[in-house]
Amino acid sequence: MTVTVLLFAAFADAFGRSSIEVTVDQGATVGDIVDQLSALAPSDRLPPRPLAAVNAEYAEYDVRLNPGDEVALIPPVAGG
Amino acid sequence: MIRAALVSHAIDVNGLIAEVADIATGATAVFAGTVRDVNDGRAVSGIEYSAYTTMAERELLHIAQEAARQFSPLNVVVEHRIGSLELGDVSVGIATSHAHRGPAIDGMRFVIEEIKRRVPIWKRECYADGTREWVNTVGV
Repeated sequence: MTVTVLLFAAFADAFGRSSIEVTVDQGATVGDIVDQLSALAPSDRLPPRPLAAVNAEYAEYDVRLNPGDEVALIPPVAGG
Repeated sequence: MIRAALVSHAIDVNGLIAEVADIATGATAVFAGTVRDVNDGRAVSGIEYSAYTTMAERELLHIAQEAARQFSPLNVVVEHRIGSLELGDVSVGIATSHAHRGPAIDGMRFVIEEIKRRVPIWKRECYADGTREWVNTVGV
């Protein structure tokens, strides 16, 4: 299945875009997505274990994805 | 009264105070975060705030609701601004009210600390020398 991953702030700069399509097997986890993107990102631009969200909620790496889920990688936040 | 919002216009702090005004409360606490002219020794000319909008609004509301539960009964209104801000502009405004000062102040403090810890908002500082950098990316 194809999953769209949203990228923000420094992560968007690292990939040169604000979202990226990733193809993974059915039953893939958030961790699988992170692994794929880590392999694609220029070295040192993505931390080893970035925070992730699924459908706008923080998600652990063992969460399994369903078709249509909105995945996001969350750079270190800096609100306030 | 519980309200949380991400806004792209100037934050009216007095308006937030008016929203939590309640004759059952004897204490109102207010926090206004503003754009400062220097950070880590570099002259700052402005800050660009961006967000994962749907998630940031949801997290802001969760935080306001958690504060209201933890310091019940607490009125909470919070707004965070996104877009290009100039020096002195208010980036985040929080108003809380409670019967007593302790929970009003502690509830307000809870909201700002949780915003800084978990709301997906990012800022890129613009420096007087024309360069720009994302804040908080070092050491990730």
